[in-house]
Amino acid sequence: MKDLNIVLAGAAGEGVQTIGEILAHVVAAQGQAVFSWQEFESRIRGGQNSYTLRIGAHPDNAPQQAADILLVLNRGALQKYKPLLKKDGILIAPAEEPNDSITIAIKKTDIEKAGGKFFTNMLAVGILTTLLGIKPEIVRERLAKQFGRKGAKAVAANDRAATEGSRLAYEKFPGTSPWNILAGKASYRLITGHEALSLGAAQAGCRFISAYPMSPSTTIIAYLTKEQERLGIFIEQAEDEISAVNMAIGASFAGVRAMTATSGGGFALMCESVSLAGMTETPLVIVLAQRPGPSTGLPTRTAQGDLLFAVHSGHGEFPKLVLAPSDAEDAFHATVRAFNLADKYQVPVIILTDQFLADASFSIEDFPVDSSVADFNPADPVSINEYKRYRWTASGISPRLYPGQSKHLVCADSDEHDEAGHITEDLAYTATAMVEKRTAKLRSLKKEMRPPKQTDLDEAEVVLIGWGSSRNAVREAMELLKQDGIKAGTIHFTELWPLPDFIFPEHKLYWTVESNSGGQIGRLLQSEYFLHLSGSIRRYDGLPLTGEYIWRNFYG
Amino acid sequence: MDSFDIKAFESAVEIQWCPGCSNFGILQAIKKAFVELRKAPHEICLVSGIGQAAKLPHYLRCNLFNGLHGRAIPVATGICATNPKLTTVVVTGDGDCYGEGGNHFLHALRRNPDMTLVVHNNEVYALTKGQASPTTQIGEKTTLQTRGVDIPPLNMPALAIGQGCTFVARGFAGEIEHLKELLVAAVRHRGFSYIDVVQPCITWGTRPMQWYLERVYKLDDDHDRRDREAALKLTTEWEKKIPIGILYEAEPREAFGDSFRARVTAEFLPTLRPIGPDKINEILVEFKG
Repeated sequence: MKDLNIVLAGAAGEGVQTIGEILAHVVAAQGQAVFSWQEFESRIRGGQNSYTLRIGAHPDNAPQQAADILLVLNRGALQKYKPLLKKDGILIAPAEEPNDSITIAIKKTDIEKAGGKFFTNMLAVGILTTLLGIKPEIVRERLAKQFGRKGAKAVAANDRAATEGSRLAYEKFPGTSPWNILAGKASYRLITGHEALSLGAAQAGCRFISAYPMSPSTTIIAYLTKEQERLGIFIEQAEDEISAVNMAIGASFAGVRAMTATSGGGFALMCESVSLAGMTETPLVIVLAQRPGPSTGLPTRTAQGDLLFAVHSGHGEFPKLVLAPSDAEDAFHATVRAFNLADKYQVPVIILTDQFLADASFSIEDFPVDSSVADFNPADPVSINEYKRYRWTASGISPRLYPGQSKHLVCADSDEHDEAGHITEDLAYTATAMVEKRTAKLRSLKKEMRPPKQTDLDEAEVVLIGWGSSRNAVREAMELLKQDGIKAGTIHFTELWPLPDFIFPEHKLYWTVESNSGGQIGRLLQSEYFLHLSGSIRRYDGLPLTGEYIWRNFYG
Repeated sequence: MDSFDIKAFESAVEIQWCPGCSNFGILQAIKKAFVELRKAPHEICLVSGIGQAAKLPHYLRCNLFNGLHGRAIPVATGICATNPKLTTVVVTGDGDCYGEGGNHFLHALRRNPDMTLVVHNNEVYALTKGQASPTTQIGEKTTLQTRGVDIPPLNMPALAIGQGCTFVARGFAGEIEHLKELLVAAVRHRGFSYIDVVQPCITWGTRPMQWYLERVYKLDDDHDRRDREAALKLTTEWEKKIPIGILYEAEPREAFGDSFRARVTAEFLPTLRPIGPDKINEILVEFKG
């Protein structure tokens, strides 16, 4: 079976997200993989938003825009999203009768029969699940789950609307519809990037998060709050991002693993404290969920525009790490790793996500969590005679205790300090030595960094280089180029600072692919590896990179 | 050496304050308070930001976090939340706490972390050489406000009382024993305890020490510290006389983290092991379609 791409569009408040979520769950329950992603306006009601589901036998977990089935809930949505409809795709839209372009018309009387305007979304669920051939009992079960807490009456009403929708679909396609999906045996978990990241934090032993709400980062603190009792994490909504990051630094200094999460503007406010974590050598994990800037930008859209900002964040010189996971599963493992490395090297670690990765829901069949476990590097207070928080070591890593752990006093200072953690003005010996101590950590850190993942690099003539959340889209672009007879391969970075040792094979055409206008990974690769680039594909309209977009733009 | 001897707190770090600075009085009072509280250095964590006051933690032996300008309160809040066994004291100044970190002060009043806030209020930016601070009186000429300060000062004790802070005091750096008593009471009071310490600056201050000595008076039992309105009135006394003592004290209310410890876990977070992969797997099963 070929992958099927369904686009649902409507105004905020019309229930597009509910349709999408129900559909994703019933498809997964039918044993098929489903990948869904959303794009929406920064408003609570109105506007036009879409929810896209890609259904297939294999979890490609990559976004597509072109629609095999387009369902719109109003005329505005029809106008905005109709260009996405494939030539042989079908359109489901409110209309008084079907016409050349509208395959299934949702008439006013249909809506009335379904129980009124409020139930249009369930009518849509009925149409779509019938077209897809989802077993009715799976649909009923899902509706019961979805509306159960609202009572039996609500479940019955929604069920009735879905049945009405089902009737509409059968009317048009009696028997089996051409979009019927088979029942598969696989059992998928549907999990978003930020849900997986949050679970990774719990797995790593994170016990404290303070954050200030900012799209698209808020889903992290929201998920952790929902699961707080089970995960045992202290959660605080701070008065601003500066407070959020400083609370996390305080908690980390006090002896627990701590994190914060924000987006570009909030991260800008945090930068002084990124430097504070570097100077005081306090482990810290910061999630920077990217959205298009500058300034307020497009608050609910996606981008990869803060890579260089993250790499260069914080005044002064100090080691830091920047990781950019490629999907939900990777987000889980990268987060455990972020906490472990922050702890081991006593440095700030920035995890770059974006709105696409944050909100997209991935199908994962096998999710082994044991391969990433919390790894602590505790110092033993008993073995220490005279404790100095910033004691000289060849690696630059000093034994770290927390205050109150023992009789040893723990002194951390944002001023340049001596080994004991007290302010110093001794330039010749102490200040210089401390700069060198902190810098020394970079040498071993660089060796920790994992090389980029490669596909078909050896035989490739054209190599697409991506980073972060675009991995699957870049791989799809590679496949499309291969269909055109181009020998293509990919290199994908998820560990971006410090960049790992890596040798780019010679005599290949390297193209960077990223969601920003300036070509940020390109600049990093040029400065760190002296890599010559043949071209770059950049998307900066707030929508995620797709295989088709990359492929089309490769040809200019 | 008895660990409850003041010598236990003596630090070898060279003090960078001006000779004769009234900060020495506050330092002495803090040490004496810890002795009286029978706290050992390792049970205490001093947190500060930037400014002359913020250097204080280096000048006595204890745990310390000397962070960024204005950001001592959030750091201390993170410490209080996760390591409540520590006695957490924030040492700050009027510029650090009322200027750069004003927002954090406001929200500490709401959050009520179990910490003591000591503000060295010298009504001037001393470390940056004499600019006006949020508490410089109107009309005072400074190195930057050469024609005189033309906006009125903040009355932060009044704000704290108005916002339900359950311990608000004013101390004087020249009254070490009295200040020590205030500190002892503040640390013992559960929740956010706040002492604004009148701390004349002998280098950049616009009024001589004598001006303060003539005005400062100790509140006695005639003042009912449970009387919020009387307390608010006392915060407005300044030009003619300056009351020192506990201005306002109320029954402690729920402190920051209490509900977490009651509802989620009362375990000591720094030694609590991660929940482990089994629990994560259990949760992941619920994501099945």
